[in-house]
Amino acid sequence: MTSLWELYITFFKVGIMTFGGGYAMLPILQREVVENKGWATEAELADYYAIGQCTPGVIAVNTATFIGQKTKGVAGGIIATLGVVSPSLLIIIALAKIISNFANLAIVKNAFAGIRACVCVLIFNAVCKLWKSSVIDKITFIIFLTVCLCSLILNISPVFFVLLAAISGIVIKQVEARKK
Amino acid sequence: MIYLRLYYEFFKTGLFAIGGGLATLPFLNNMADTTGWFTRGQLADMVAVSESTPGPMGVNMATYVGFTTANIPGAIIATLGLITPSIIIILIIAAFLRAFKNNQYVIAAFYGLRPASTALIAAAGIGVIEIALFNEQNTGNFVSFLQSANIKAIVLAIIIIILTRFIPQTKKWHPIIFIMISAVVGMIFHFAGV
Repeated sequence: MTSLWELYITFFKVGIMTFGGGYAMLPILQREVVENKGWATEAELADYYAIGQCTPGVIAVNTATFIGQKTKGVAGGIIATLGVVSPSLLIIIALAKIISNFANLAIVKNAFAGIRACVCVLIFNAVCKLWKSSVIDKITFIIFLTVCLCSLILNISPVFFVLLAAISGIVIKQVEARKK
Repeated sequence: MIYLRLYYEFFKTGLFAIGGGLATLPFLNNMADTTGWFTRGQLADMVAVSESTPGPMGVNMATYVGFTTANIPGAIIATLGLITPSIIIILIIAAFLRAFKNNQYVIAAFYGLRPASTALIAAAGIGVIEIALFNEQNTGNFVSFLQSANIKAIVLAIIIIILTRFIPQTKKWHPIIFIMISAVVGMIFHFAGV
């Protein structure tokens, strides 16, 4: 039985290991939440990211609330979210007091240039894992390709793609059902 | 009462900023203009610190702005303000999904949603590649783009691809180990060129 404390500590760890936005959190979530704890599947993570991208708020917080809620109900949702934001509070408060120009230090700039190179590989690996549970046939492959290219070329909000993809899913399944 | 105002301003940001940490930026710019708590110049520094510290960027920004405005209580209240709308909205959606998880329309919607979600993350990842592996000063044509390649970062990325995908012993390592190694490599080999 998962305790609220375990949920808090796990999401505290996820928060502290996330460098960048919600996308950088994905490889950490796959390791900690899917592989180590088994609280969600890869497919469910894809669902949470889809919803997290088209609902208000920071994606990392939306995803934490989802997984917490699934594991331990409403209290779980709140505790997981508090866990994921706690490291930010501690680290920013500590840093702001010591140095205000932290981001301009040469050593910090160099370290983060290295971390960014690593994070783009980790996101690529994370996408490969999600691919296995989301791109399962020709139609889903076409949806993947269309959305990926369009969102790279056009400057359109992800909300539009998420809604369109959901509607396409419903229409395609209806058409398939009619054929049978 | 500054705390109430701070909570209200960040609640608004959390409610209307859709699509991740950077989406909060226009709201923070507006906050700088209307409240006078901080300047846009200070905000630029806060964005840089938020990107260079652990934790989701949007949360880091709320904490930092809150701290600048009203010290430690300000940091806590701003962060709570930011996450309150998310918690409420996601809990409602999660309850809805649980109730309708066997509904054929919900299943069909997710059939279409999952590849789209993966595609959006892939596209965001490609955006990170541009920032991480290429320098900013290219003029837009293909040749200058290739010339702007950060060779050291590309070599590191290739090594990490090999370690995380092809070598059985290192494949199992926790992602944070690769992040830490990359930070050290970046410091030793002056990846940012400073």
